Amino acid sequence: MPSFFNKGFGRRREPAASDRIPPGQYETRDFPVLTAGPTPRIPLTTWSFALDGLVETPMQWTWEQFNDLPHQSFTKDIHCVTKWTRLDTKWEGVSIDTLLEHVQLKPEARYVMAYAYGDYTTNIPLDDLRHGKAFIGLRFEGLPLAPEHGGPARLVVPHLYFWKSAKWIKGLRFMESDKPGFWERGGYSMYGDPWKEQRYRSDD
Amino acid sequence: MKKIQWQIASVKAIVQETPRVKTFTLQLPDWIPHLPGQHYDLRLTAEDGYQAERSYSIASPPEQTDEIDLTIELIDDGEVSSYLHDGITVGDPLEVRGPIGGYFVWKDTMATEPLVLIAGGSGVVPLMAMLRHRAQIGATNPTVLLFSVRMDNGVIYQQELERLAEQNTNFRLLLTFTRQPPNGWTGYQRRIDKEMLQEVMAPLNGQPNCFVCGPTLLVEQVASALVDVGLPFERIRTERFGPTGT
Ligand SMILES: Cc1cc2nc3c(=O)[nH]c(=O)nc-3n(C[C@H](O)[C@H](O)[C@H](O)COP(=O)(O)OP(=O)(O)OC[C@H]3O[C@@H](n4cnc5c(N)ncnc54)[C@H](O)[C@@H]3O)c2cc1C
Repeated sequence: MPSFFNKGFGRRREPAASDRIPPGQYETRDFPVLTAGPTPRIPLTTWSFALDGLVETPMQWTWEQFNDLPHQSFTKDIHCVTKWTRLDTKWEGVSIDTLLEHVQLKPEARYVMAYAYGDYTTNIPLDDLRHGKAFIGLRFEGLPLAPEHGGPARLVVPHLYFWKSAKWIKGLRFMESDKPGFWERGGYSMYGDPWKEQRYRSDD
Repeated sequence: MKKIQWQIASVKAIVQETPRVKTFTLQLPDWIPHLPGQHYDLRLTAEDGYQAERSYSIASPPEQTDEIDLTIELIDDGEVSSYLHDGITVGDPLEVRGPIGGYFVWKDTMATEPLVLIAGGSGVVPLMAMLRHRAQIGATNPTVLLFSVRMDNGVIYQQELERLAEQNTNFRLLLTFTRQPPNGWTGYQRRIDKEMLQEVMAPLNGQPNCFVCGPTLLVEQVASALVDVGLPFERIRTERFGPTGT
């Protein structure tokens, strides 16, 4: 019995797979939206995606070029810092490993700043984007990704809290040292591991 | 950085605001001044160790020391809100930590700029903290609250809002009823749209700071309409509560 408990309170819903739901999270079947401001409008004719910073030669794709890259399907659990978890979400997109085949990283590159339309940024260690761990999501549950969920393209890093999965992604900038992005400057965790409940900077 | 610690608050008062909304005043052993717009996390623990955590905006201004007000809407079948509504009485302990959040906040440096607050339902809670603080510091910046509610008895903080609007000529209260307006109502009776926003913004000189809070769909539509009426992106801050419905 815990030292503190709320009398009469008990679990209302059994999660489908409790071993996949990190502490402090609850399972939801819808897809809540969390964004600091309005949803940006991004015409596909001017959309582009870049890899820059600590690379030998920066790389940039147009929407058409990006869609010509090899696509993969991903089924992942996603966890939002505002406590919801959604299991088995189905995505289609381009693996970050695929993108990295097009540039040569400088040896000192260890961190990444993901930057987005609407000036959102978020920082992630480079190793957390490689080896099949992350991708650029273009389709969700069989449909093009809706604008409020980050369409036309968003970063997806399922093993970190979902604010790291920058919506409306525009590029990845490779850096030598870690720097806080948008929410991180506002006091959120530099890393955001849902299993360690790294929500706020003081949880790191 | 100091960890934001969990602490055990004591419920000091409970006020029924509307048939589905209650305000809980929590006495805190370790009260920290907040910025209007910030929230607390609340954690319920069952006897078997199971825990559920949710976020709730602070309704009280930082001038109200040693305690915070949380205003909570009853969600049918809601794990946390229904326990708080049915299972909590004055004197009970509740575990919380905060204040949290650094973006959806009204800072004193904004106190001379026009302010537009747009709420749907319980989305009015963080905006109320802003209005209460604004009144406390005696700010005279042109301010408007556009509050979308379903029906007559759904206006959270109605009397206080009306009083604020009477006492302060710089503050306008605008209600819109989306389902059932009060008898004889002559104001807005529809969802917030572009035309309504244009009318609301027209008397304001200069670019207002705009805070939008409520259910996801309302926030999504309002924020998008604000961009349409020409408000720059950086001036629009949003907070979305609850499910998408999409
Ligand atoms: C930063 C932040 C601040 C918030 N501030 C407040 C606040 O001041 N006052 C307040 O009442 N709530 C606030 N919320 C929402 C709150 O955190 C909970 O989501 C809400 O109380 C529902 O929790 P629950 O456990 O009762 O319902 P759950 O058990 O989580 O949900 C039950 C069902 O209701 C749906 N549901 C969840 N939330 C809502 C909702 N808001 N409206 C309709 N259906 C819903 C769920 O999808 C689910 O199907 C805030 C949320 C955030 C992220």
